[in-house]
Amino acid sequence: MKFDNIIIGGGLSGLTCGIKLAEQGKKCAIVSSGQSAIHFFSGSFDFLGKLNGQEVKNPLEAIKTLPDSHPYQRVGVENIARLAVEAPLLLNRAGLSFLGKADQNHFVLTPMGIMKPTWLTLDDFTRFEQKNTFPWKKAVILNFSGFLDFHTLFVQDGLKKFDVDSQVKNFAMKEFEAIRRNPSEMRSTNIAKVFDQGEDALNEFAEKVNLLSEGFEVVILPAVFGLFNKNVVANLKSKINKPLVLLPAIPPSVPGIRSQIFLRKRFEELGGTYFLGDNVEEGTLENNRLVAIHTKNHGDIKLEADHFVLASGSFYSKGIVATREKLYEPILGLDIDGDTDNEKWLDEKFFNDQPYMHYGVKTDSHFRALINGQPIENLYVAGSVLGGANALKEGSGAGISVLTSLHVAEQILK
Amino acid sequence: MKKEKIEPINISENNFEQCVKCTICTVYCPVLEVNPDYPGPKQSGPDGERLRLKDENFYDESLKLCLNCKRCEIACPHGVKIGDIIQLARIKYSKKKPKIRDMILANTDIVGTMASTFAPIVNPIVALKPVRRIMDTVLKIDHHRMFPEYTGMRFETWYRKYAEKKQTDFKKHVSYFHGCYVNYNFPQLGKDLIKIMNAAGYGVHLLEKEKCCGVALISNGLIKQATKQAKHNVEAFKKSIVDKNMPVISTSSTCIFTIRDEYPHLLGVKNEEIRDESELATRFLFRLIDSGKLKLVFKENYKKRIAYHTPCHMEKLGWSIYSTTLLKMIPGIDFMSLESRCCGIAGTYGFKKENYETSQGVGKPLFDQIDGSNVDFVATDCETCKWQIEMSTTKKVQHPISILAEALDVEATMKLWQE
Ligand SMILES: Cc1cc2nc3c(=O)[nH]c(=O)nc-3n(C[C@H](O)[C@H](O)[C@H](O)COP(=O)(O)OP(=O)(O)OC[C@H]3O[C@@H](n4cnc5c(N)ncnc54)[C@H](O)[C@@H]3O)c2cc1C
Ligand code: SF4
Ligand code: SF4
Repeated sequence: MKFDNIIIGGGLSGLTCGIKLAEQGKKCAIVSSGQSAIHFFSGSFDFLGKLNGQEVKNPLEAIKTLPDSHPYQRVGVENIARLAVEAPLLLNRAGLSFLGKADQNHFVLTPMGIMKPTWLTLDDFTRFEQKNTFPWKKAVILNFSGFLDFHTLFVQDGLKKFDVDSQVKNFAMKEFEAIRRNPSEMRSTNIAKVFDQGEDALNEFAEKVNLLSEGFEVVILPAVFGLFNKNVVANLKSKINKPLVLLPAIPPSVPGIRSQIFLRKRFEELGGTYFLGDNVEEGTLENNRLVAIHTKNHGDIKLEADHFVLASGSFYSKGIVATREKLYEPILGLDIDGDTDNEKWLDEKFFNDQPYMHYGVKTDSHFRALINGQPIENLYVAGSVLGGANALKEGSGAGISVLTSLHVAEQILK
Repeated sequence: MKKEKIEPINISENNFEQCVKCTICTVYCPVLEVNPDYPGPKQSGPDGERLRLKDENFYDESLKLCLNCKRCEIACPHGVKIGDIIQLARIKYSKKKPKIRDMILANTDIVGTMASTFAPIVNPIVALKPVRRIMDTVLKIDHHRMFPEYTGMRFETWYRKYAEKKQTDFKKHVSYFHGCYVNYNFPQLGKDLIKIMNAAGYGVHLLEKEKCCGVALISNGLIKQATKQAKHNVEAFKKSIVDKNMPVISTSSTCIFTIRDEYPHLLGVKNEEIRDESELATRFLFRLIDSGKLKLVFKENYKKRIAYHTPCHMEKLGWSIYSTTLLKMIPGIDFMSLESRCCGIAGTYGFKKENYETSQGVGKPLFDQIDGSNVDFVATDCETCKWQIEMSTTKKVQHPISILAEALDVEATMKLWQE
């Protein structure tokens, strides 16, 4: 089966790369062995939240001081600035409205009740310009009875620091009695499915919220609205008399899954082929080129392309694997940027910058993968499989994924 | 199944240990969405397995509500074989004996033989409302269900009478696993396949004696019989694939899925020698076309707007691309892809009275999409999906092979390889 481009991995990185290529008329395929990290998405894409432990105000300025090995430096500061403008437009064309700017972080309230700096926030959520104040002084925090994935007391404690007087109220609705019968399934996505199905539940819910929020300035709720139907959140906001602040609940995340679905839909509408639940097992290399990949489902029918992109994620998604003996890239055995000595993988202090978090697939200056130091001419690498950054510590996960993937797409389109 | 008796009890043959509790599988389970009595893939699968290995009393009969659609497995980021864990638990621990009704539904070939023998009598009778009411009360087969019609002349009989002789005229050969549906209910699909394969230059042969793949036996708990039939089929496949070098193709996605994947995983019947060369006809044709060995010529006057529905087992195999690519090759086809969703019938599941509501609830979004689409008909590779969609929507359903057969210019196609 022949395509122009094949992308290995269908997460944020693989999808944005695929969409950019498909928008330019390329015939693309994405192979993904399972769902991706977007399912854990908090609602915001981070660009650079922290540098050397300090909060970053202007990420575009701050990246200039990153080490040369950091993915942002390797893409180039100017390229990053340009692509950071392009990225939200691309997401927007997929029907996802993200707001924010790369030269000025804004803040979002976390479920721990802390203001966190970030780059792009989905319009479900509330963006704050200031980190020290909350614009309302009297808040009601509402939760569904039996919903254990939203920790209201953390939120309440956090709000106290902003001098916000808040009250927690739990309430029940008959629509959720059915889900509650099952002790483990009162989860965000199941609540969201009820509201997806029709206006009735939402109307009843909004009425309840209006009643319970009398005397308060703002309503705080877990983000459990709009799984397959993106209008639910706007609809809810229009029915509630008070301003509404949604907070991420424990994953899987409803807005995250919606984002995954929309990105995939956009890719497919552009003519892309998305193979979900299939694993790339090996590849055929000829004269420093990857000519075909072999997958579990397609067996002897190989997938061929002019260019390939490896966007298989980090340790969590098995893009790279560490065993007691070794650290390796499982599909082609690509060169890894990381220590072979497993004693050096971890820093004893848990909260320190962990060396292994920086590990990833080694590439040349064009982001092409290497084997024994030799670049594979048509195999590019993007997203969290790249390494070179501690995305968790820096708050740079989605930024690196989206921007390296757009950069790689440009290399291919050249 | 003797094996686990001597193994330590905390080792599972399925990989539940890989589960990281992310609950992504539960997002995509179609049953959980409509029936809260079902504990869901995570709890029924890896979580429950942990408990069941300690004490089989943790087995919960509500696991019967699983459709075995495997959509949870496709979504799982860690490759946990959730559906298999659930099916195996049902096989190992369920104390409920299959009811007479389950045996009737499961024994597709015995029932098919009888029903097709008396087709002119059986068809009108099971279509009668009062009869369906009785089946509903006595057998707990939901009265909404229409039984697929049984044919008067079985495919095998037709083949021996009208097709067999000509098949030796070809240089290349395949065997055809037609399955119960083609044999007893819808021989036309088998005839369509022969038409295409002959046009492509292949003689089509039957296996020495095929038995029902056993999928309905497995899901109804008749494991011994399923295992026996599986062993029989593997031997029959070997005679074709290993002895005669003839690959086996089929038009039923569920039969092929069962033979390739459920035989070894669920029944412990080894199939390595035959697995790679047992596949769907659409995949076989795709490979020939993709590698430049075959070209199909289509009629110019064939014009249709169709929607393709991806059956669950096609989704799990990852093979719908083969059928859709072939359909898209037909110049007169205006193609639309339906969202990949379970139609809710899952073989015999939807026939059972206790499952009727769940079954229709699962299928509803798909039915709505089909009814809202302005297509001439729906294309799909699975026969039970066809029943379900035809019963629940206003559209008719055709197999991709039948569509190809209708659109194909047989003579022009043959000419290309005869030259
Ligand atoms: C739990 C969690 C939460 C996060 N939340 C946020 C957040 O809220 N905001 C933020 O900015 N960043 C967040 N991040 C950072 C995150 O890493 C990035 O934002 C981004 O989602 C990574 O995208 P990716 O495409 O590189 O990798 P992934 O999303 O990991 O996708 C890789 C994909 O490749 C597939 N794959 C792997 N190997 C194969 C193979 N052999 N064959 C086929 N497919 C294969 C995997 O199945 C997977 O679907 C989070 C990360 C994690 C782990
Ligand atoms: S998706 Fe897989 S890893 Fe996640 S909870 Fe389900 S079985 Fe476990
Ligand atoms: S196989 Fe289908 S019905 Fe069964 S648990 Fe998985 S997703 Fe749910």
